[in-house]
Amino acid sequence: MGARTPLYQEHVNLGAKVVDFAGWEMPLHYGSQVEEHYKVRGDAGMFDVSHMTFVDLSGGRAREFLRHLLANNVDRLQQPGRALYTCMLNEQGGVIDDLIVYFLDEMRFRMVVNAGTHDKDMAWIVQQAAAFEIDVKELTDVALIAVQGPAARDKVHLRLSPSAREKAEALAPFNAVEVGGLFISRTGYTGEDGYEVMVPQAQAVEFWRGLLESGVNPIGLGARDTLRLEAGMNLYGADMDENITPLEAGLRWTVAWEPEDRNFIGREALKAQYNATPSRKLVGLILDDRGVLRGHQRVIVDGEAVGEVTSGSFSPILGKAIAFARVPYEVEGSVLVEMRGKQLPARVVKPPFVRHGKACFE
Amino acid sequence: MSNAPSHLKYTKSHEWVESMLDDTYRIGISDHAQDLLGDMVFIELPEVGQALSASDECAVVESVKAASDVYSPLSGEVLEVNEALVESPDLVNRDPYVDGWLFTIKASDAGELDELLTADQYIELSSDDDH
Repeated sequence: MGARTPLYQEHVNLGAKVVDFAGWEMPLHYGSQVEEHYKVRGDAGMFDVSHMTFVDLSGGRAREFLRHLLANNVDRLQQPGRALYTCMLNEQGGVIDDLIVYFLDEMRFRMVVNAGTHDKDMAWIVQQAAAFEIDVKELTDVALIAVQGPAARDKVHLRLSPSAREKAEALAPFNAVEVGGLFISRTGYTGEDGYEVMVPQAQAVEFWRGLLESGVNPIGLGARDTLRLEAGMNLYGADMDENITPLEAGLRWTVAWEPEDRNFIGREALKAQYNATPSRKLVGLILDDRGVLRGHQRVIVDGEAVGEVTSGSFSPILGKAIAFARVPYEVEGSVLVEMRGKQLPARVVKPPFVRHGKACFE
Repeated sequence: MSNAPSHLKYTKSHEWVESMLDDTYRIGISDHAQDLLGDMVFIELPEVGQALSASDECAVVESVKAASDVYSPLSGEVLEVNEALVESPDLVNRDPYVDGWLFTIKASDAGELDELLTADQYIELSSDDDH
Protein backbone atom coordinates (compact mmCIF):
# COMPACT_ATOMS: atom_id res chain seq x y z
CA MET A 1 0.00 0.00 0.00
CA GLY A 2 1.26 3.44 -0.91
CA ALA A 3 1.17 6.67 1.05
CA ARG A 4 -2.17 8.48 1.22
CA THR A 5 -2.98 12.15 1.42
CA PRO A 6 -5.60 13.43 3.91
CA LEU A 7 -8.02 13.53 0.95
CA TYR A 8 -7.63 9.88 -0.07
CA GLN A 9 -11.03 8.81 1.25
CA GLU A 10 -12.67 11.78 -0.52
CA HIS A 11 -11.24 10.55 -3.83
CA VAL A 12 -12.50 7.03 -3.23
CA ASN A 13 -15.96 8.35 -2.29
CA LEU A 14 -16.03 10.39 -5.52
CA GLY A 15 -15.38 7.23 -7.54
CA ALA A 16 -11.76 7.94 -8.43
CA LYS A 17 -9.63 5.43 -10.26
CA VAL A 18 -6.69 5.33 -7.88
CA VAL A 19 -3.18 4.65 -9.18
CA ASP A 20 0.32 4.62 -7.78
CA PHE A 21 2.20 7.85 -8.36
CA ALA A 22 5.71 8.07 -6.89
CA GLY A 23 4.63 5.82 -4.03
CA TRP A 24 1.36 7.67 -3.40
CA GLU A 25 -2.15 6.37 -4.00
CA MET A 26 -3.54 9.19 -6.14
CA PRO A 27 -6.66 9.75 -8.27
CA LEU A 28 -5.99 9.27 -12.02
CA HIS A 29 -9.51 10.40 -12.91
CA TYR A 30 -13.03 10.38 -11.48
CA GLY A 31 -14.67 8.91 -14.59
CA SER A 32 -13.39 10.73 -17.65
CA GLN A 33 -10.01 12.40 -17.91
CA VAL A 34 -11.03 14.30 -21.05
CA GLU A 35 -14.18 15.73 -19.46
CA GLU A 36 -12.13 16.82 -16.46
CA HIS A 37 -9.74 18.57 -18.82
CA TYR A 38 -12.59 20.59 -20.35
CA LYS A 39 -13.91 21.51 -16.92
CA VAL A 40 -10.62 23.15 -15.99
CA ARG A 41 -10.37 24.98 -19.32
CA GLY A 42 -13.97 26.21 -19.18
CA ASP A 43 -14.93 26.44 -15.52
CA ALA A 44 -13.04 25.33 -12.41
CA GLY A 45 -11.37 22.15 -11.21
CA MET A 46 -9.40 21.11 -8.15
CA PHE A 47 -6.46 18.78 -7.76
CA ASP A 48 -5.16 17.16 -4.61
CA VAL A 49 -1.43 17.79 -4.85
CA SER A 50 -0.70 17.12 -1.19
CA HIS A 51 1.80 14.46 -2.24
CA MET A 52 4.24 17.18 -3.26
CA THR A 53 7.11 18.12 -0.98
CA PHE A 54 6.98 21.36 1.02
CA VAL A 55 10.16 22.67 2.58
CA ASP A 56 10.68 25.72 4.78
CA LEU A 57 14.17 27.17 4.94
CA SER A 58 14.91 29.49 7.80
CA GLY A 59 17.93 31.32 9.07
CA GLY A 60 19.69 34.64 8.69
CA ARG A 61 21.51 33.43 5.58
CA ALA A 62 18.48 31.91 3.83
CA ARG A 63 18.60 34.33 0.89
CA GLU A 64 22.34 33.85 0.46
CA PHE A 65 21.86 30.08 0.52
CA LEU A 66 19.18 30.13 -2.17
CA ARG A 67 21.27 32.43 -4.37
CA HIS A 68 23.77 29.55 -4.33
CA LEU A 69 21.31 26.63 -4.55
CA LEU A 70 19.02 27.77 -7.36
CA ALA A 71 19.66 28.66 -11.02
CA ASN A 72 17.10 31.47 -10.97
CA ASN A 73 17.92 34.39 -8.70
CA VAL A 74 15.93 34.78 -5.47
CA ASP A 75 16.99 38.41 -5.44
CA ARG A 76 14.11 38.84 -7.86
CA LEU A 77 11.93 38.25 -4.81
CA GLN A 78 11.76 41.46 -2.78
CA GLN A 79 8.11 41.61 -1.70
CA PRO A 80 6.95 39.05 0.89
CA GLY A 81 4.81 36.40 -0.83
CA ARG A 82 6.54 36.65 -4.22
CA ALA A 83 7.10 33.32 -6.00
CA LEU A 84 9.75 32.25 -8.48
CA TYR A 85 9.96 29.21 -10.77
CA THR A 86 13.46 27.78 -10.94
CA CYS A 87 15.62 24.73 -11.48
CA MET A 88 17.93 23.28 -8.87
CA LEU A 89 21.06 22.06 -10.68
CA ASN A 90 23.90 19.68 -9.95
CA GLU A 91 27.54 20.65 -10.51
CA GLN A 92 27.29 19.42 -14.11
CA GLY A 93 24.39 21.78 -14.82
CA GLY A 94 21.86 18.92 -14.94
CA VAL A 95 18.42 19.46 -13.44
CA ILE A 96 17.97 17.82 -10.01
CA ASP A 97 14.42 19.21 -9.88
CA ASP A 98 12.27 22.15 -10.88
CA LEU A 99 10.42 23.95 -8.12
CA ILE A 100 8.69 27.07 -6.91
CA VAL A 101 10.31 29.13 -4.17
CA TYR A 102 8.41 31.72 -2.11
CA PHE A 103 9.89 34.61 -0.18
CA LEU A 104 8.06 34.84 3.14
CA ASP A 105 10.40 37.13 5.09
CA GLU A 106 14.17 37.61 5.32
CA MET A 107 14.41 34.73 7.77
CA ARG A 108 12.16 32.36 5.87
CA PHE A 109 11.65 30.98 2.35
CA ARG A 110 9.36 28.14 1.26
CA MET A 111 9.92 25.69 -1.59
CA VAL A 112 7.49 23.31 -3.26
CA VAL A 113 9.31 20.47 -5.02
CA ASN A 114 8.17 17.33 -6.84
CA ALA A 115 6.90 14.20 -5.09
CA GLY A 116 8.89 11.79 -7.25
CA THR A 117 12.17 13.47 -6.32
CA HIS A 118 11.50 13.84 -2.58
CA ASP A 119 14.39 11.78 -1.22
CA LYS A 120 17.18 13.04 -3.44
CA ASP A 121 15.95 16.66 -3.18
CA MET A 122 15.87 16.60 0.61
CA ALA A 123 19.30 14.97 0.79
CA TRP A 124 20.76 17.56 -1.60
CA ILE A 125 19.15 20.54 0.13
CA VAL A 126 20.24 19.41 3.59
CA GLN A 127 23.77 18.73 2.36
CA GLN A 128 24.08 22.14 0.70
CA ALA A 129 22.42 23.96 3.61
CA ALA A 130 24.95 22.84 6.20
CA ALA A 131 27.50 25.53 5.32
CA PHE A 132 24.86 28.27 5.58
CA GLU A 133 23.44 27.37 9.02
CA ILE A 134 19.98 26.96 7.55
CA ASP A 135 17.19 25.13 9.30
CA VAL A 136 15.58 22.85 6.70
CA LYS A 137 12.13 21.76 7.76
CA GLU A 138 9.75 19.65 5.73
CA LEU A 139 6.09 20.51 6.26
CA THR A 140 4.28 17.21 6.82
CA ASP A 141 1.09 18.51 8.42
CA VAL A 142 -0.38 20.36 5.44
CA ALA A 143 -2.38 19.50 2.33
CA LEU A 144 -2.16 21.35 -0.98
CA ILE A 145 -5.23 21.82 -3.16
CA ALA A 146 -4.78 23.45 -6.59
CA VAL A 147 -7.94 25.15 -7.85
CA GLN A 148 -7.65 26.09 -11.53
CA GLY A 149 -9.78 27.47 -14.32
CA PRO A 150 -11.46 30.72 -15.38
CA ALA A 151 -13.99 30.47 -12.52
CA ALA A 152 -11.51 29.09 -9.97
CA ARG A 153 -10.67 32.26 -8.06
CA ASP A 154 -14.29 33.32 -7.60
CA LYS A 155 -15.19 29.87 -6.32
CA VAL A 156 -12.30 29.82 -3.87
CA HIS A 157 -13.29 33.28 -2.61
CA LEU A 158 -16.66 31.85 -1.58
CA ARG A 159 -14.89 29.54 0.86
CA LEU A 160 -12.71 32.19 2.53
CA SER A 161 -13.25 34.42 5.53
CA PRO A 162 -13.82 38.10 4.61
CA SER A 163 -10.25 39.03 5.57
CA ALA A 164 -8.67 36.11 3.68
CA ARG A 165 -10.87 36.83 0.70
CA GLU A 166 -9.79 40.44 0.56
CA LYS A 167 -6.13 39.43 0.60
CA ALA A 168 -6.64 36.73 -2.05
CA GLU A 169 -8.51 39.10 -4.36
CA ALA A 170 -5.59 41.51 -4.19
CA LEU A 171 -3.00 38.86 -5.17
CA ALA A 172 -1.15 39.38 -8.44
CA PRO A 173 -0.07 36.28 -10.42
CA PHE A 174 2.88 34.46 -8.84
CA ASN A 175 2.20 35.94 -5.42
CA ALA A 176 1.08 34.27 -2.22
CA VAL A 177 -0.25 35.30 1.15
CA GLU A 178 -0.43 33.65 4.57
CA VAL A 179 -3.79 34.34 6.14
CA GLY A 180 -5.92 32.62 8.76
CA GLY A 181 -3.83 29.44 8.76
CA LEU A 182 -3.97 29.16 4.96
CA PHE A 183 -1.19 29.79 2.48
CA ILE A 184 -2.88 31.01 -0.70
CA SER A 185 -0.77 31.23 -3.85
CA ARG A 186 -1.83 32.50 -7.27
CA THR A 187 0.09 29.79 -9.12
CA GLY A 188 -0.67 26.53 -10.89
CA TYR A 189 0.28 23.95 -13.48
CA THR A 190 -2.52 24.21 -16.04
CA GLY A 191 -2.05 27.54 -17.83
CA GLU A 192 -5.29 28.79 -16.28
CA ASP A 193 -5.76 31.35 -13.55
CA GLY A 194 -6.34 30.04 -10.05
CA TYR A 195 -4.79 29.25 -6.72
CA GLU A 196 -2.81 26.63 -4.93
CA VAL A 197 -4.08 26.63 -1.36
CA MET A 198 -2.07 25.07 1.46
CA VAL A 199 -4.30 24.07 4.35
CA PRO A 200 -3.56 22.35 7.67
CA GLN A 201 -4.23 18.61 7.23
CA ALA A 202 -6.96 18.70 9.88
CA GLN A 203 -8.95 21.15 7.72
CA ALA A 204 -8.23 19.61 4.32
CA VAL A 205 -11.40 17.52 4.03
CA GLU A 206 -13.65 20.39 5.09
CA PHE A 207 -12.01 22.77 2.62
CA TRP A 208 -12.20 20.22 -0.22
CA ARG A 209 -15.88 19.53 0.46
CA GLY A 210 -16.61 23.25 0.60
CA LEU A 211 -15.07 23.73 -2.83
CA LEU A 212 -17.08 20.80 -4.15
CA GLU A 213 -20.20 22.49 -2.79
CA SER A 214 -19.24 25.71 -4.60
CA GLY A 215 -19.17 23.81 -7.87
CA VAL A 216 -15.46 23.06 -8.24
CA ASN A 217 -14.94 19.76 -10.10
CA PRO A 218 -12.46 17.17 -8.79
CA ILE A 219 -9.70 16.55 -11.35
CA GLY A 220 -7.24 13.66 -11.45
CA LEU A 221 -3.59 13.36 -12.38
CA GLY A 222 -4.50 12.30 -15.94
CA ALA A 223 -5.99 15.68 -16.82
CA ARG A 224 -3.27 17.42 -14.81
CA ASP A 225 -0.78 16.01 -17.32
CA THR A 226 -2.70 16.98 -20.47
CA LEU A 227 -3.40 20.46 -19.05
CA ARG A 228 0.25 21.18 -18.28
CA LEU A 229 1.30 19.78 -21.66
CA GLU A 230 -1.12 22.06 -23.53
CA ALA A 231 0.14 24.96 -21.41
CA GLY A 232 3.70 24.17 -22.52
CA MET A 233 4.96 23.34 -19.03
CA ASN A 234 7.74 20.81 -18.53
CA LEU A 235 7.35 17.63 -16.52
CA TYR A 236 10.34 16.68 -14.41
CA GLY A 237 11.65 13.17 -15.11
CA ALA A 238 10.21 13.23 -18.64
CA ASP A 239 11.19 16.53 -20.26
CA MET A 240 14.32 17.03 -18.18
CA ASP A 241 16.42 15.19 -15.64
CA GLU A 242 19.90 15.23 -14.14
CA ASN A 243 21.57 14.68 -17.51
CA ILE A 244 19.78 17.58 -19.18
CA THR A 245 20.55 21.23 -18.61
CA PRO A 246 17.82 23.89 -18.45
CA LEU A 247 19.17 25.25 -21.75
CA GLU A 248 18.35 21.91 -23.41
CA ALA A 249 14.91 21.80 -21.80
CA GLY A 250 13.41 25.08 -23.00
CA LEU A 251 14.14 26.68 -19.62
CA ARG A 252 16.80 29.24 -20.58
CA TRP A 253 14.47 31.94 -19.23
CA THR A 254 14.73 30.48 -15.74
CA VAL A 255 18.53 30.77 -15.53
CA ALA A 256 19.57 34.15 -14.11
CA TRP A 257 23.01 34.81 -15.57
CA GLU A 258 23.39 38.27 -14.10
CA PRO A 259 24.94 39.28 -11.79
CA GLU A 260 28.11 37.53 -12.91
CA ASP A 261 29.41 37.05 -9.41
CA ARG A 262 26.42 34.99 -8.24
CA ASN A 263 28.06 31.61 -8.10
CA PHE A 264 25.09 29.23 -8.24
CA ILE A 265 25.60 25.48 -8.40
CA GLY A 266 25.99 24.39 -12.03
CA ARG A 267 27.00 27.83 -13.29
CA GLU A 268 30.51 26.84 -14.39
CA ALA A 269 29.24 23.81 -16.29
CA LEU A 270 26.52 25.83 -18.01
CA LYS A 271 28.83 28.64 -19.05
CA ALA A 272 30.09 27.12 -22.29
CA GLN A 273 26.59 26.07 -23.32
CA TYR A 274 25.13 29.42 -22.41
CA ASN A 275 27.46 31.43 -24.63
CA ALA A 276 27.47 29.02 -27.56
CA THR A 277 24.61 27.20 -29.20
CA PRO A 278 23.52 24.12 -27.26
CA SER A 279 23.52 20.93 -29.32
CA ARG A 280 19.96 20.00 -28.37
CA LYS A 281 16.73 21.81 -27.69
CA LEU A 282 13.21 21.03 -26.52
CA VAL A 283 10.47 21.77 -29.06
CA GLY A 284 6.74 21.30 -29.33
CA LEU A 285 5.25 18.84 -31.83
CA ILE A 286 1.75 18.66 -33.28
CA LEU A 287 0.56 15.54 -35.07
CA ASP A 288 -2.06 16.26 -37.73
CA ASP A 289 -2.62 12.56 -38.47
CA ARG A 290 -4.61 10.26 -36.26
CA GLY A 291 -2.48 8.81 -33.49
CA VAL A 292 -1.05 9.83 -30.15
CA LEU A 293 2.45 11.11 -29.49
CA ARG A 294 3.96 9.43 -26.46
CA GLY A 295 7.22 9.54 -24.54
CA HIS A 296 10.24 7.78 -26.10
CA GLN A 297 8.87 7.66 -29.66
CA ARG A 298 11.76 8.32 -32.04
CA VAL A 299 12.02 11.54 -34.02
CA ILE A 300 13.32 11.07 -37.57
CA VAL A 301 14.90 13.72 -39.82
CA ASP A 302 16.26 12.81 -43.27
CA GLY A 303 15.86 9.13 -42.53
CA GLU A 304 17.88 9.31 -39.34
CA ALA A 305 16.71 9.02 -35.73
CA VAL A 306 17.88 12.32 -34.23
CA GLY A 307 15.83 12.66 -31.08
CA GLU A 308 12.82 11.50 -29.14
CA VAL A 309 9.50 12.56 -27.74
CA THR A 310 9.99 13.37 -24.06
CA SER A 311 6.30 13.59 -23.17
CA GLY A 312 3.19 13.55 -25.29
CA SER A 313 -0.53 12.99 -25.19
CA PHE A 314 -3.80 13.84 -26.82
CA SER A 315 -4.79 17.51 -26.57
CA PRO A 316 -8.55 17.78 -26.06
CA ILE A 317 -8.51 21.47 -27.05
CA LEU A 318 -6.63 20.93 -30.34
CA GLY A 319 -8.24 17.55 -30.98
CA LYS A 320 -4.82 16.21 -31.94
CA ALA A 321 -1.78 14.73 -30.32
CA ILE A 322 0.84 17.15 -28.98
CA ALA A 323 4.23 16.60 -27.42
CA PHE A 324 7.55 17.88 -26.29
CA ALA A 325 10.56 16.39 -28.10
CA ARG A 326 14.29 16.81 -27.69
CA VAL A 327 16.00 17.31 -31.05
CA PRO A 328 19.23 18.77 -32.48
CA TYR A 329 19.27 22.56 -32.23
CA GLU A 330 18.94 23.15 -35.99
CA VAL A 331 15.74 21.14 -36.45
CA GLU A 332 12.70 23.15 -37.51
CA GLY A 333 9.64 22.93 -39.77
CA SER A 334 8.58 19.33 -39.59
CA VAL A 335 9.88 15.92 -38.55
CA LEU A 336 8.71 12.32 -38.70
CA VAL A 337 7.74 10.48 -35.53
CA GLU A 338 7.86 6.71 -35.37
CA MET A 339 4.85 5.07 -33.78
CA ARG A 340 3.53 1.55 -34.00
CA GLY A 341 5.68 0.72 -37.02
CA LYS A 342 4.73 3.87 -38.97
CA GLN A 343 6.43 7.19 -39.48
CA LEU A 344 4.00 10.13 -39.30
CA PRO A 345 4.81 13.79 -39.96
CA ALA A 346 4.66 16.23 -37.04
CA ARG A 347 4.91 20.02 -37.06
CA VAL A 348 7.66 21.61 -34.97
CA VAL A 349 6.22 24.50 -32.95
CA LYS A 350 7.02 26.69 -29.98
CA PRO A 351 4.78 25.87 -26.97
CA PRO A 352 2.38 26.74 -25.40
CA PHE A 353 -0.24 24.90 -27.44
CA VAL A 354 -3.17 26.46 -25.57
CA ARG A 355 -3.47 29.85 -23.87
CA HIS A 356 -6.40 30.96 -21.72
CA GLY A 357 -8.51 28.06 -22.96
CA LYS A 358 -7.89 28.80 -26.67
CA ALA A 359 -5.78 26.81 -29.12
CA CYS A 360 -2.61 28.61 -30.27
CA PHE A 361 -2.39 26.40 -33.39
CA GLU A 362 -4.84 24.84 -35.81
CA MET B 1 -16.60 -4.57 -11.09
CA SER B 2 -17.24 -3.81 -14.75
CA ASN B 3 -20.13 -5.57 -16.42
CA ALA B 4 -20.21 -8.38 -18.97
CA PRO B 5 -23.68 -9.19 -20.35
CA SER B 6 -24.44 -12.89 -20.31
CA HIS B 7 -25.81 -13.06 -23.87
CA LEU B 8 -22.36 -12.27 -25.28
CA LYS B 9 -19.23 -14.39 -25.73
CA TYR B 10 -15.76 -13.11 -24.89
CA THR B 11 -12.09 -13.60 -25.64
CA LYS B 12 -9.10 -13.58 -23.32
CA SER B 13 -7.94 -10.47 -25.17
CA HIS B 14 -11.11 -8.61 -24.05
CA GLU B 15 -13.23 -8.62 -27.24
CA TRP B 16 -16.91 -9.47 -27.07
CA VAL B 17 -18.95 -11.29 -29.74
CA GLU B 18 -22.68 -10.96 -30.27
CA SER B 19 -24.53 -13.46 -32.42
CA MET B 20 -26.70 -11.82 -35.11
CA LEU B 21 -28.56 -13.50 -37.96
CA ASP B 22 -27.07 -15.83 -40.62
CA ASP B 23 -23.57 -16.48 -39.24
CA THR B 24 -23.09 -12.78 -38.70
CA TYR B 25 -21.41 -11.59 -35.53
CA ARG B 26 -20.93 -8.16 -34.04
CA ILE B 27 -17.65 -7.45 -32.27
CA GLY B 28 -16.45 -4.87 -29.77
CA ILE B 29 -14.27 -4.52 -26.67
CA SER B 30 -15.46 -5.24 -23.16
CA ASP B 31 -16.39 -2.77 -20.47
CA HIS B 32 -13.41 -4.03 -18.51
CA ALA B 33 -11.08 -3.25 -21.44
CA GLN B 34 -12.41 0.27 -21.98
CA ASP B 35 -12.15 0.93 -18.25
CA LEU B 36 -8.51 -0.16 -18.20
CA LEU B 37 -7.67 1.98 -21.22
CA GLY B 38 -9.52 5.15 -20.22
CA ASP B 39 -10.85 7.85 -22.56
CA MET B 40 -10.67 6.75 -26.22
CA VAL B 41 -9.27 9.30 -28.64
CA PHE B 42 -8.84 7.38 -31.92
CA ILE B 43 -10.28 4.14 -33.25
CA GLU B 44 -8.77 2.46 -36.32
CA LEU B 45 -11.28 0.08 -37.91
CA PRO B 46 -10.81 -2.77 -40.41
CA GLU B 47 -11.85 -2.40 -44.07
CA VAL B 48 -15.26 -3.57 -45.19
CA GLY B 49 -14.69 -6.74 -47.23
CA GLN B 50 -11.41 -7.52 -45.49
CA ALA B 51 -10.83 -11.24 -44.87
CA LEU B 52 -9.77 -12.02 -41.32
CA SER B 53 -8.51 -15.12 -39.57
CA ALA B 54 -9.25 -15.67 -35.91
CA SER B 55 -6.79 -13.73 -33.71
CA ASP B 56 -5.65 -11.44 -36.54
CA GLU B 57 -4.93 -7.87 -35.47
CA CYS B 58 -7.84 -6.08 -37.09
CA ALA B 59 -8.39 -2.76 -35.28
CA VAL B 60 -6.65 -0.38 -32.90
CA VAL B 61 -8.27 1.40 -30.00
CA GLU B 62 -6.15 4.30 -28.80
CA SER B 63 -6.88 6.02 -25.50
CA VAL B 64 -5.24 8.83 -23.58
CA LYS B 65 -3.26 6.09 -21.88
CA ALA B 66 -2.23 3.60 -24.59
CA ALA B 67 -2.84 2.16 -28.03
CA SER B 68 -4.18 -1.36 -27.94
CA ASP B 69 -4.66 -3.90 -30.74
CA VAL B 70 -8.01 -5.56 -31.22
CA TYR B 71 -7.87 -9.21 -32.35
CA SER B 72 -10.61 -10.78 -34.41
CA PRO B 73 -12.36 -13.44 -32.33
CA LEU B 74 -13.50 -15.25 -35.49
CA SER B 75 -12.43 -15.95 -39.08
CA GLY B 76 -14.51 -14.45 -41.85
CA GLU B 77 -15.21 -11.33 -43.89
CA VAL B 78 -15.83 -7.86 -42.47
CA LEU B 79 -19.36 -6.78 -43.38
CA GLU B 80 -19.75 -3.41 -41.67
CA VAL B 81 -17.70 -1.07 -39.51
CA ASN B 82 -19.01 1.43 -36.96
CA GLU B 83 -18.27 4.71 -38.76
CA ALA B 84 -19.68 6.71 -35.82
CA LEU B 85 -16.51 5.89 -33.89
CA VAL B 86 -14.39 7.98 -36.24
CA GLU B 87 -16.01 11.17 -34.91
CA SER B 88 -17.03 9.86 -31.49
CA PRO B 89 -14.49 7.34 -30.18
CA ASP B 90 -15.89 7.97 -26.70
CA LEU B 91 -18.88 5.78 -27.63
CA VAL B 92 -16.63 2.85 -26.74
CA ASN B 93 -16.31 4.26 -23.22
CA ARG B 94 -19.92 5.27 -22.79
CA ASP B 95 -21.59 2.21 -24.26
CA PRO B 96 -19.09 -0.55 -25.07
CA TYR B 97 -21.73 -3.23 -25.78
CA VAL B 98 -24.20 -1.34 -27.95
CA ASP B 99 -23.27 2.00 -29.58
CA GLY B 100 -19.55 1.31 -29.14
CA TRP B 101 -19.43 -1.81 -31.37
CA LEU B 102 -16.46 -1.96 -33.77
CA PHE B 103 -17.40 -4.17 -36.72
CA THR B 104 -19.51 -7.10 -37.90
CA ILE B 105 -18.14 -10.20 -39.52
CA LYS B 106 -19.60 -13.02 -41.63
CA ALA B 107 -18.07 -16.03 -39.90
CA SER B 108 -16.58 -18.80 -42.03
CA ASP B 109 -15.99 -21.34 -39.27
CA ALA B 110 -18.78 -21.72 -36.74
CA GLY B 111 -16.59 -24.15 -34.78
CA GLU B 112 -14.48 -21.24 -33.57
CA LEU B 113 -17.38 -20.09 -31.41
CA ASP B 114 -16.71 -22.98 -29.07
CA GLU B 115 -13.32 -21.49 -28.25
CA LEU B 116 -14.90 -18.31 -26.83
CA LEU B 117 -15.56 -17.64 -23.16
CA THR B 118 -18.91 -17.28 -21.46
CA ALA B 119 -19.59 -14.12 -19.46
CA ASP B 120 -18.88 -15.96 -16.19
CA GLN B 121 -15.60 -17.32 -17.47
CA TYR B 122 -14.61 -13.90 -18.75
CA ILE B 123 -15.47 -12.14 -15.48
CA GLU B 124 -13.41 -14.67 -13.55
CA LEU B 125 -10.48 -14.18 -15.88
CA SER B 126 -10.62 -10.40 -16.03
CA SER B 127 -10.98 -9.99 -12.28
CA ASP B 128 -7.47 -11.50 -12.05
CA ASP B 129 -5.91 -8.42 -13.58
CA ASP B 130 -7.60 -6.06 -11.12
CA HIS B 131 -4.77 -5.81 -8.61
